Amino acid sequence: MLKYKFNPIILLVSRVVSPFIMIFALYVIFHGHYSPGGGFQGGTMFAAALLLIRLAAGFDIAQLQFKKILGTPLGSVGVLIYFGTGFLAMLSGGEFLNYHFLPFAGFKADELRSLGILMVEIGVGLAVLAILVAIYDDLLEGYPHD
Amino acid sequence: MKITNWLLLISFGALLVYASFGLPNRGDVSANMHREKSLAGSPGASSYYIRNAYRDAETPNMVTVILADYRGYDTLGEETVILTAGLICYLILRKKRTKLDGKKT
Amino acid sequence: MTDFFLGHYAYFGIITLLIIGLYGMIFKKNLAKKLIGMTIFQVSIIMFYVASAVKWSGTVPVLDPLAGAADAAKYISPLQHCLMLTAIVVGVATSGVAFSLLIAIYRHYKTLDESVLMDRMKSS
Repeated sequence: MLKYKFNPIILLVSRVVSPFIMIFALYVIFHGHYSPGGGFQGGTMFAAALLLIRLAAGFDIAQLQFKKILGTPLGSVGVLIYFGTGFLAMLSGGEFLNYHFLPFAGFKADELRSLGILMVEIGVGLAVLAILVAIYDDLLEGYPHD
Repeated sequence: MKITNWLLLISFGALLVYASFGLPNRGDVSANMHREKSLAGSPGASSYYIRNAYRDAETPNMVTVILADYRGYDTLGEETVILTAGLICYLILRKKRTKLDGKKT
Repeated sequence: MTDFFLGHYAYFGIITLLIIGLYGMIFKKNLAKKLIGMTIFQVSIIMFYVASAVKWSGTVPVLDPLAGAADAAKYISPLQHCLMLTAIVVGVATSGVAFSLLIAIYRHYKTLDESVLMDRMKSS
């Protein structure tokens, strides 16, 4: 593993900046219906906020924020949310990924489609976030020692 | 060997420049890509998406509607590709166990 | 002639970028530099797609309530943007796989140079 050198200024600045990037990433995900944005972009920005802490504080301290072992399971959960949304529509009588048949009462057809898009975007964002952080961790672990 | 490589590179570039003569002007509204009806008579894809995205899903951002609704299978495949890439990174770079005879691989 | 050049200069720039990427992939001996060339190649393809979506009379593909959706010439084509949006993120993931393969090669053979690597693969 690369040798980590403590630098208080870099650590302080990235600790201040990182939560704002996270808030903006959540805004990009959940406001993707009305402005440019969506799951892929928001997930990448959230991963950038996590990687900033990893670069500034070192690998060991950053484990308190997002554990290494969480990477691939969270990515699988994201894909399962996407797949489950399509499968839920199939169970209640429609085709796979046809959001018109989602079993929520009290919505019109086009509102149901909007809701289905939101669920899918959350799944995509979760998967992209977890997989990008997991790739960084794996590359760091595999770095040649000598 | 080196001469062959340069020849390959230059001829490929010349082929691309020659092929770009057949492209429409950038930003031309009457280009083939933005037409209303295709040759077979079905509606052209991008103008159909622009016209019907808000009516179908009540979402103003057309890119989101195409990404998650019209082309949902496509996005599911892309996400599976990303998950597979992450798993392959883990499988290549994990710490190798020692074999039975005690030799490190 | 001026009209032709004004309509096509973006394509010529994209072709230049593509040739630079191909040069890196063919001529450089180091595997990491070959990977950089491949990424430049990929970016040029993405830029070609995005350049083909432009309409001079159009705006971003988010519905404007004042303009309405009846006239398709008022919005640029959203299809290419959707395709390239996924292509960028998948490109990042696949370049991560490529870097992990490079690290595995370096751990096993202690080099990334092409000719040295060939010799060590033959002798082992």
